[in-house]
Amino acid sequence: MPSEDAAPRLDVDQILADPGVRIVVCCGAGGVGKTTTAAALALRAAEQHGRRTVVLTIDPARRLAQSLGLTELDNTPRQVKGIEVEASGGELHAMMLDMKRTFDDVVLQHTDPTKAAEIFANPFYQAMSSTFAGTQEYMAMEKLGQLHARGEWDLIVVDTPPSRSALDFLDAPARLSRFLDGRMLRLLLAPARTGGRSMFTLVTAGFGMFSKVVQKVLGAQLLTDLSGFVAALDSMFGGFRQRAEQTYRILQARETAFLLVAAPESDAVREAAYFAGRLREERMPLAGLVVNRVHRPVVELDAAASLAAAERLVELGGHEATVDVLRAHAALARQSVRERQVAARFTEAFPAVPAVSVTAQPADVHDVDGLRTIGAALSRP
Amino acid sequence: MRAAEPPAEPAGPGWPSRLHVVTGKGGTGKTSVAASLALALAAGNRRTLLVEVEGRQGIAQLFGTDPLPYEERHLTDAPGGGEVRALAVDAEEALLEYLDMFYRLGAAGRALRKLGAIDFATTIAPGLRDVLLTGKVKEATTRTAGQRRTYDAVVLDAPPTGRIGRFLNVTAETARLAKVGPIKTQSEGVAALLRSPMTAVHVVTLLEEMPVQETVDAIGELAQLGFPVGRVIVNGTRPPLPVGREVTAAELRRGLLAAGLPADRATVTGLVGEARDQQVRRGLEDSLRADLVELGLPMTELPLLPDGVDRAGLATLAELLGRAD
Repeated sequence: MPSEDAAPRLDVDQILADPGVRIVVCCGAGGVGKTTTAAALALRAAEQHGRRTVVLTIDPARRLAQSLGLTELDNTPRQVKGIEVEASGGELHAMMLDMKRTFDDVVLQHTDPTKAAEIFANPFYQAMSSTFAGTQEYMAMEKLGQLHARGEWDLIVVDTPPSRSALDFLDAPARLSRFLDGRMLRLLLAPARTGGRSMFTLVTAGFGMFSKVVQKVLGAQLLTDLSGFVAALDSMFGGFRQRAEQTYRILQARETAFLLVAAPESDAVREAAYFAGRLREERMPLAGLVVNRVHRPVVELDAAASLAAAERLVELGGHEATVDVLRAHAALARQSVRERQVAARFTEAFPAVPAVSVTAQPADVHDVDGLRTIGAALSRP
Repeated sequence: MRAAEPPAEPAGPGWPSRLHVVTGKGGTGKTSVAASLALALAAGNRRTLLVEVEGRQGIAQLFGTDPLPYEERHLTDAPGGGEVRALAVDAEEALLEYLDMFYRLGAAGRALRKLGAIDFATTIAPGLRDVLLTGKVKEATTRTAGQRRTYDAVVLDAPPTGRIGRFLNVTAETARLAKVGPIKTQSEGVAALLRSPMTAVHVVTLLEEMPVQETVDAIGELAQLGFPVGRVIVNGTRPPLPVGREVTAAELRRGLLAAGLPADRATVTGLVGEARDQQVRRGLEDSLRADLVELGLPMTELPLLPDGVDRAGLATLAELLGRAD
């Protein structure tokens, strides 16, 4: 297969079996099968490589969640029963991220109960912990940090949130900790304190005005709430930033392997290439590319030859069933060529990144058997 | 081409609204569908505006143009003398524009922006961002020049199904934070437009389990929130398979031989397997299609384009969307 010959082949089993690899992060655009890939990898690590594995999913399809026993949203890993680990001695645990609860836990951990209660009651905290753009990404990283710190697992497989852009996942911790660091908040809430140096006169004037504008536009109540929120969180700023930085360093370490997941579509491949560039910039270890849901005809007969043969049979008459099969094959062959061209764009840009393709399953995957099939397809030589 | 007379009627019987909000699960092709719809509604000497709000520059990528600025720009001509313009709404720019309109910030506004204060303001109040984005869309939809509206239709490439309810439900989000003031008034105006017959929310899906599930969920949520749901647009469909039954190895072997093709065992089993897989897939697609039909909404199917969505592909999709009734 031309596009795959060009890229080195990604050996998923080597990664899953390597005791030095403790974290596998699956990332990519929305709708490319990240969650399924993450779950399939985790199952394979437990069943085939005997590792004590936990998979952190973000927003799994209902039936997939059920098949992993994720019926309770209790924000802690649950052991997945009924998998084949007798021979390998591995274990699979699974959990679904509860964004708000994770945030609450962080607050509780960094402050006393009275202050925590105050924070929980603040409308800003409520808005931020449930809707702040980036909170889900940040909390996924926070949860990863927690799981890693517990040291109970050989391998943590992480699914990433369906961000509007895959980059949010890397940027959110920095953005959130910048926000919580509160320089802007303090300036906004206490414009008088910042006055003095002439260089900043315009800026300071701007702030006074800004503060006034915010009061006018949003109302004074909002500023009071915001002020309360900042005061309550004040003691936690350092802790937040420290944690975000810690997780960031874990992601850069050798124990982590990033897997990009894409579908053979322009958008998804473009996003994957963008992400690969970002990982390189951030010096994060990119292990390879998984191209999901590719269509591969079993029979090597190109689309044109297949259609020509179908035409001949139409003229001959009497071979309707074969004509239909040949036409269906031609459509499949054409789609396959197109998909390879799209996937090749990634390889042209990142020729050294290993890649593997997973053939589209005829039916959707929502049980352990299906995940096992995907895992095998990911590893097939 | 006839003289520039304002067309009085809506573009097609299938698209009676003026503001078309296009959502769908990520990966279903909602940007391509939104762009094709803008093209379809511009056909016949009309003018439409295609808007994106997520800073993804999806429109520029689709049309192979430079990144779109926060400015309404000519994007492409439509058949019959029409025009599609495009706009990438940026929450920061919208806030500055809004503040300028009310408070004349001038240089102070630019200084604030350098400091990141504007980014900050649009971030602290999550609902504020969406009010600014939808507010701009409302302004473009209702804008008039002389006696006629500037745009015959506005098509919004909206956030995906998972966030669409929260995005459109601006009053609820801002009410949590702003109890009084111009933002509250603004959000109420936006909410009124979004809940009026001027607006239709269309949901794009594929015949796959997750997108269909999210479509059903989103439509339920939109209906509950009181937003008018327009069409379900099924993207990437394939023509029905002619094979109604499973082909036998023997008849396939005869056919292949008659066509002068190799008919060895591997080829025959391979082709039988391919046909069977396709049957399974189509069976699943049929049951998903039935789930969508059950929603009781108008439905439009768009074909999978074998060569991807290029300009010709967009024209094909636009043609099909324009014919919807």
